[in-house]
Parts: sequence; C-alpha cells; structure tokens
Amino acid sequence: MRILMTTDTTAAILVIEDEPMIRRFVCRALKAEGFRAIEAASVRQALLEAATAQPLMVLLDLGLPDGDGLDFIRELRGWSDIPIIVLSARTTETDKVAALDAGADDYLTKPFGVAELMARVRAQRRRQATTGTPPDNLIAFGDIRIDLARRMVERAGNSVHLTPIEYRLLVYLATHPHGVLTHRQLLKQVWGPAYAERSHYVRVYMGALRRKIEADPSIPRHLVTETGIGYRFVP
Amino acid sequence: MNDQRPDPDALLARIVAEEARAARGRLKVFFGASAGVGKTYAMLAAAHQQREQGVDVVVGLVETHGRRETEILLQGLECLPLKEVDYHGRRMRELDLDGALARHPALILVDELAHSNLAGSRHPKRWQDVHELLAAGIDVYTTLNVQHLETLNNIVGGITGIRVWETLPDHVFDAADEVVLVDLAPDELLQRLKEGKVYLPHQAARAIQNFFRKGNLIALRELALRRTADRVDRQMLEYRRDQSVSAVWQTRETVLACVGPGENAERVIRSAARIAARDDVPWHALYVETPALQRLPRRQRQRILARLRLAQELGAETATLSGADPVEVIVEYARGHNLFRILVGRDRVRAWRSWRQSVADRIARQGPDLEVILVAHEETRAPSPVKGGSDASWRERFKAPWSSYAMSLLICASTALLASPLHSVFELANIAMLFLLAIVVVAARYGLGPSVMAAFINVVAFDLLFVPPRFSLSVSDVQYLITFAVMLGVGLITAHLTTGMRYQARVASRRERRSRALYELARDLSGALLPQQIAEIGQRFAAAEFGARAVLILANEGAELGQQVLPAPADLPVDLGIGKWAFEHEAEAGCGTDTLPGSPLLYVPLKAPMRIRGVLAIEPRDPTDVMTPEQGRLLDTFARLIAIAVERVHYVEIAQTTTLKMESERLRNAFLSAISHDLRTPLTVLVGLADSLLIARPSLTPDQADIAAEIRDEARRMTTLANNLLDMARLRSGTVLLNRQWQPLEEVVGSALKALQSVLAHYRVSVDLPEDLPLLELDAMLMERLLVNLLDNAAKYTPSGTAIGIGAAMPSADQVEFWVEDAGPGLPSDKAEAVLQTLERGHEAQAMSGMGLGLSLCRAIVEAHGGTIRVQARGGGGARFVVTLPRGNPPTVDLLDEAAVSCESS
Repeated sequence: MRILMTTDTTAAILVIEDEPMIRRFVCRALKAEGFRAIEAASVRQALLEAATAQPLMVLLDLGLPDGDGLDFIRELRGWSDIPIIVLSARTTETDKVAALDAGADDYLTKPFGVAELMARVRAQRRRQATTGTPPDNLIAFGDIRIDLARRMVERAGNSVHLTPIEYRLLVYLATHPHGVLTHRQLLKQVWGPAYAERSHYVRVYMGALRRKIEADPSIPRHLVTETGIGYRFVP
Repeated sequence: MNDQRPDPDALLARIVAEEARAARGRLKVFFGASAGVGKTYAMLAAAHQQREQGVDVVVGLVETHGRRETEILLQGLECLPLKEVDYHGRRMRELDLDGALARHPALILVDELAHSNLAGSRHPKRWQDVHELLAAGIDVYTTLNVQHLETLNNIVGGITGIRVWETLPDHVFDAADEVVLVDLAPDELLQRLKEGKVYLPHQAARAIQNFFRKGNLIALRELALRRTADRVDRQMLEYRRDQSVSAVWQTRETVLACVGPGENAERVIRSAARIAARDDVPWHALYVETPALQRLPRRQRQRILARLRLAQELGAETATLSGADPVEVIVEYARGHNLFRILVGRDRVRAWRSWRQSVADRIARQGPDLEVILVAHEETRAPSPVKGGSDASWRERFKAPWSSYAMSLLICASTALLASPLHSVFELANIAMLFLLAIVVVAARYGLGPSVMAAFINVVAFDLLFVPPRFSLSVSDVQYLITFAVMLGVGLITAHLTTGMRYQARVASRRERRSRALYELARDLSGALLPQQIAEIGQRFAAAEFGARAVLILANEGAELGQQVLPAPADLPVDLGIGKWAFEHEAEAGCGTDTLPGSPLLYVPLKAPMRIRGVLAIEPRDPTDVMTPEQGRLLDTFARLIAIAVERVHYVEIAQTTTLKMESERLRNAFLSAISHDLRTPLTVLVGLADSLLIARPSLTPDQADIAAEIRDEARRMTTLANNLLDMARLRSGTVLLNRQWQPLEEVVGSALKALQSVLAHYRVSVDLPEDLPLLELDAMLMERLLVNLLDNAAKYTPSGTAIGIGAAMPSADQVEFWVEDAGPGLPSDKAEAVLQTLERGHEAQAMSGMGLGLSLCRAIVEAHGGTIRVQARGGGGARFVVTLPRGNPPTVDLLDEAAVSCESS
C-alpha cells in the first residue's frame, strides 16, 4: 500500500473549489499526504490546469462561479480518464447522480473530514492500479471468492448459487471497486439500456445478493448503499 | 334518399334532452275534454296503484269538489297540508310548494295544472310550481281540461262562447312525459250532470249550463281526442326517427311571427304557435320598432310587449329590433335565422290609401324565397282601441307649451304690422310671401299646433288687411282660396318635417346619452377596486337611468349568496330569499317576472364569464310597469357590466394575494439557499480544519487532540441541526418535490443504521423485516433522515447496552407500517405530552426545542409520503414509534425478464 502512496513531486492533484478556505485546508491535507496540489477556482482555470499540469486526480466542487462542474467533467472525459471526486452539498442528490453519470468516480458530501477525504483519494489511487479483470481471473474479498473463469462464487469455501443477473451484478460491482455506481449505470451494464429507468430492479436484486453474500444483510459491509444515488463496492 | 339517416345534431340534442329528463321528475297529465269526465278520479286511482307498488306518494293538492267517490279515494293517501293565503280578507288555500320540496316525495299529485296562483305566491301559475317540483326530481301527476290549452283557447272560446282565462302554454303540455286521455261520452257526461255528480260553481251556473250543451261537448271531445292523437302521432314520428325506420325527413321549416301594433297580432302569434307545434319546429316572434311606433302612447306599447311575452310563453324565441323600415328588418332577420315561413297580420284595408302596398306584399317582393302567410282579422272586435290610440297620438302631436302659441301669435302680428305699410309698394303676391315666411318660421320653431294656428291667423290677416275688399273677410277673388290652401299646406308640411326631424334628433340624443352613460359606467367600474365602490357606482347609474334604487348582494367564496348587501340598504325591502332563488336558478325574479312578481324589487343575477357573482336588486319606479325592450337591454348590460367588474375585483384580490405569496415564497427560498450555502461552507471549513489539526505533525498532545475532536464533532452536530431545520422549512413550505422511488425498506434501514454506526455501536440493534414486505415508494433521502432521527432519539433516551428494534408489518391490504422501538424507560412523563402533540397533532409550541424539531421533521416527512406517525408505550417498558404508509401499487419485478436477459448474456 505504501508503494502506491507515492511521494513523487509530479503526483499532482487538481483541486477545483471556489471557496478559498475549503480549498486551503484540502490542499494542506493533500500536501501532508505527500501530493502536490494544484488549485483552481473556476471551470476555465481548471481546464487549463488539467491540460497543462497532467494531474493524477481531480477534486471538483460542483457549484462554480463561471459554470457547472458537469461541463468540466464532460470536457475532461473527452480526453482523459483520471479519477474525479465530486465535493458537493447534501441537498443535491440529482446533481451528484448527474455528475457520476457524466463520468465522475466518487463523491464526498460537505462537510467532510480530512480522514474521509484522504481515504477516498487513496481508494481512487488504488483503483487506478487495479482496474480491470485481475490476471488470475480471481476476485476475493471478505470470505467471498469469485472465479471469473468458471463463473463460480464461493462463500467461506461453500458454493453460493446465484442467478445469472445476480452473478453479473456482483461481478460488475467487484470489478469496479471503491467508486460509486449509480442505479442507471448498473441497470445499463447488467440489464441493458432498455432497463435504465427501472431502478427498483437493481434494488430488489441487490437485496437478494446481499442476503447471499453479506454476513448481516441489514448492515452490509461490501455492497454499500449510497442513499438516493446508487451503490459502492467495498472489498 | 340522402335523408335516410337522422341528423346527428338532432340525435345529440335528443340525447342531451333525455339526460336532462332523467334527472328531472316525470310529468303525467290526466287530460280531459271538460270538467266532470273523471280526471281527478283517474289520477287518484293511478296514485293508489303506485302506492301499492311501494312508491312514496303524496297528495299536494286535490280538488274533490265535495264529491263522495273522489273523497273516498283520497283516504289512505298522505295529504300535504295546504298553505293558507290571505286574499282580500278571504282565506284561500294554495299548494305549499316549499313544503312539497322539503317533503320530497317520489310522486306528488297536483290537481288543475292551468290554475293561476293567488298574488303573493312564488309563481303566478301553478304549472310553474310543477316545473320547480319536476326540477327537484319529483314525479308529478296532474289534470288538465282541453279548453285551458293556450293555442286552443280561442277556438274553444269560439265554439262555446265562453273564454277561459286560466291558460296553459302548449309547450308545458307537449313536454309532459305522459298524457292519459280521460274520455267520457257526452251523453254519459250529461247524465252525470243531471245526477249532480259534476261540480258547478254557483255564480256562473247559467253560463255553465250553456257550456254543457251536447254540441259543445262533442266539439270539445273532438278537440281533446285530436290533441291527444297529435301527441301520439308525434311520438310515432319520434319512434321512427329513433329506429331509423325509413321515413320522410322534412327540412326544418321554421316559422316567424311578425308582431305589429295591429289588433290581430295576438292571432298571428297563436297561429304561428299552432303551426310550429303541428310541424314540431322552433319559431320566432319579431317586433320591429319604427320611430312611428316608438311615438305610440305608453299603454299601447305595453300591449305590444305583453304580446311578445305571450309569444315567449308559447315557446317562441322573441326579438325586438328597431329600424326605419320594418319590412327590411323582417326579411333580414328571417334570412339570418333560416326562417322560411313568415306570418303577418293582414293590413287593415284603407280605401283611400289603396295604392300603398301591404306589408305582406312588400315582404314577398323583397324576399321571393320566403313564404308569406297572411292571418285574417278577428271580426269580433271593434277597432275602437286603435282609434283611441291614434287620437291620443294626434293630441300628442299638437301638444306645445303655451309660450310657443304666444310667440307664434307675436310673430304673426309683427308680420302683419311689417307688411301693412308695404301694401302700396309691393305686389299682393309678394306680400303673401312674407306671410308664408312667417308660417315657415313658426312651423320650424314651434311645431305642428302653433303652425296650424299661424296659418289660420295669417290667412285671416292677409285676407283682412290686403285682399280687396280690405278690412272684410269676404273673398272676392276665388284665387285667394288657393293662397290660403298653400299657406296651410306649407305650414303643415314644414311642421311635420320639423317635428319628424326633431323626434329623430331626440331619439338620437337619447341613444347618445344612454351610450354615454354606459360608457361612463364602464369607465367608473374599471377604476373600482372594492365591491363597495362597484355597488356605489351601480347605485348612481340606476338612479340616473332607471330612476330606481339598486343594491348588490354578492356571492361569497363558496359560491353561495352572502348576507351582505352593498351599499348598506337605506330602507330598501331586500328579500334575501328571492335573491337566493334568482342566484341559484340563474334567472331574474321579483317584480315583472314569473317568480314572485308581487315583490317590489327585481332581482337580476350577475352573470360573469366564470360564474354568477351575485344578485342585483333594483326597485323600479313603477312596479306595475313592464320594462320596455330598450330598458330591458339596458338593465341587462348594466347587470353584466357590474358582474364583470365584481369578477375583476375578485381576481385582482386573488392576484394580489398570489403575488404576495409568491414574493414571500421567493424570499423564503432565497433565505433557505443562502443559509444552506453560507452555513455549510464555514462548517465544512471548521470540520476540515479540526481534522487537519488532528493529523498535523508534530502530533498534538492528547488534550489538544481531544479538543480538536470535540470541535469537529460539534461542527458536525451543528450541520445535522441545520440540515433538519432546512428540511423542515422546505417540507413545511410545501415546495419540496419528493424524489419517490420504489424500493425495499431494508435498504433504507441499512443506510440509516450505517449513518448512525458510531452512535448505535453501544446498543443491541435488531432488524426484523418480513421477507414478503412489498416495495415502498419512498424518497430515500428523507426516509433515511426519518429513521436516523427516530434511531438517534431512541439512543438518546435509553441507556447504552439495551436493545433497539426495527420492525415492519402489514396491518391491512393497503397499508404498511414499520416501527422503531427501544427498551428504555419509555417516554419521560414530562415530555410524553409534548411528544404526542408534536407527533399526532403537529403542535409546534414545543417543536423548536430539543427533540421537538427532530420529531416535527419526522411528522412532516411521513405526511409528505401520505402516511401517519404515532407513538405507543411498548409492552415491558420503552417506547415504540410507528410509521404507517400507504402500500400503493408496487411494480413487479418480472422473473421472465431475467430469463430473457440471461439468454442474451450467454
């Protein structure tokens, strides 16, 4: 894990936030963690910095004075797939969902603690390193093992029976750890585009999956609900 | 053959009529040729039959005339008490309409449909009472004699020599749902008469003896049978139309009756009504008011208007138009309304004006496509009233103030004086011109009377002073007779022309004044901002234009007529009951109408585009006066303008409150977003900075670290508080849009538990949700907030280490409830009442302190979801907060879908 926490001075993180006080403590925290922080207070400036400084990651406040954070996400996703963590107020679930659907990877609700923020940053860094199918076709978390080659799921050594959809849902979540997946993204990926609006499908299947995977399905450890937004897979 | 199918419009009209009829009561008429045929008896027998079938029958009014057999039949039927009316000191009995409406039976018996009510009753005629009963959905049985039918009235009068004054408009008879002919052969009737079984009023015994002659009875019987046959015939026709049995559909030929000042106008109207009824076509009655007719004395004009009302009663659509040439107006109206048959009365033949074409001829010439029917004179009546009328009109024409006559005398005298010295200078012919000039001047200035007088004086003066032999009246030369004739003629013609012109000018100025008054009314009303102002403006206008006092009674918000009279009535006898009637029936009531004509006030409903806004009560100068058409139109316009103004004021008020509401809403939203942004930013900074301290190097001492952690925790608590406040404000303002989605309760419970992880770590939390709990349509964020609040509450008031339970159940098919319970000491007794009030009654007195806010928010969230929340004492100590939500219609998750999707994937 230490290996990923690079102290390379080129490991820059772009902080886009129009409130100087927030920007300041975020940057200070990042520096304490060994990152180089690049500050931007507007969409225009942020795009400029993103293009020139080649940051590893972006922390983005959605409400910016010269435009919507969404525009920035779309623009950036045109030429880069570096992780984007959205920082936003609690009351704007739809904005968050829109940002995630547009290509953001995670979000943090204000007010957030430094520890929380750093945990998310680290998770995104880790994800950058591990995205995609593992080379040995095996995913393991908790007492669960997924054998992608044999399409088998085991829990504490015992085979777990999953329906095809449950299996695909689990695999999709497990191959996209740490980030938040919206209902719409999951529906599109697992059920197909025609199902994008039937969010109750995901919820019902998620419930079934939790009963098979989680130790206590009412307080899930791995398949975490992000209320009003979607799900997060925590290995 | 293209007429095979019935006209869809006609079919639609019939369906609408049938629907209207379904809600109304049914009218059954027991119809007979004359008194004594047993109509009442038949009606009572039928009523008994109905009663035996369980129908709620009530006798409203039945005249037994002391006949035994009828009285026996009355037994066993519920009789409504009659209303006693005091009429010229005599106690009379009438049908108690209000009593009948209040009793609301299924079927009511009301004898003698053509009866005229006593003055002071709500309606002048009994059939109007029956109309109201039918409108209230009550079935009515009634009786009727053939001679009472309006259009047959004069025929029967002609046959029997007795004219009946109580008549029934034919349309009432035609609209009856059922007509039962009660028939008796004349011989049998005469037999009954001899036996004294027929009721005869004493005072007219002789006349009635004449009436009951066999010839009369046969004729009446024929009329009754025929009229019934006509009805049956029409029913057959209607049936054939219904069944689309091939039949001949005639084009709708409609009838126009031209009502003139002549004597036979009434006859024209009755003929038109008969023709229209026979052919089942609508008909119109038209009165064209020419300047000459406008000059008629008031009494005669009233008669014409009364005839128009008669036409209206007989079912005509009436119109009063003004124009110089009646023929032109008639032809235009007929073309405009597709009326192809025109009934006109025959002009009175005037031998000395035989070169003039009759109205009928002129209509025929102007409208060759129109069918003109001439209606003959009634020979029985002498034309004396006409003469009287024209006398009055002549007198009117000669009327001029005394000063006019004096002035003309003066002019004549000075002419004579001026002319006398010129006698030697001028030719006699030129002097005659001077006299002529004087006549022209007098005629032009002072009108007909003075001009005729001047003509005479001047002729005499001319003859006396200038024509030889002078100073004598003998005319030596006959040619001066011509001078005389010319002078008189010039005087008359000039006077006639000027009076005509003056009349036109007067009419024009009156019209102008009226339109100016209306314009001013509209202008004043447009400036009015309060109902009170409208009422005052209306009062002024009524006083100026009608010489009447007027008040407004306005409807309140609930579309009911209020009690408030504007402006405060000085001493106007406003009857709110009549006002209410006019308001509810959307029809005029009070004096001059068919409803409570005895009232001194006229009540006009204020019809505005959206709905009726109230009633205008106006007290006419002369209550016995029928309104002239112009006045009626003016009153109509007046009421309409007032109504529109009232409606406008109403909407101005609404617009103002709405603007105010929107403004305060906007302020509130601006305030809320300002708070949420401005508060959140420093809180975020605070949390962030406190956290930064905690991880700063070199590390803080344990004491310092504790302080930093406490700052962070307090900042977080404050955030929660602010969030609760903001949510509460948003929910209370009703502007929050729920983001409701179908989801399992389990998921929301899970995220709430996760959010409170640290708080609940010291409790034994158990979740017990039934497997088959349906999906619920929830706003996940708000529901999570609700559960967090309830769980936090439970944790706050129970000692750590105890159990907190979450459960759910389905108490009924359309409800789901879930609860949060604790095993603590239960609600502290001093808080219990406050909690209950906050939760169950939305009482906010305590809402802003301590746990009140959280619970108020819970309540608001549950209510936004259409549910309820309550608190119970849990068995074995502790409290249980129960939320009940509607189950709704959860979508299904189709298992087949899975099969389909999995097939695709494999």
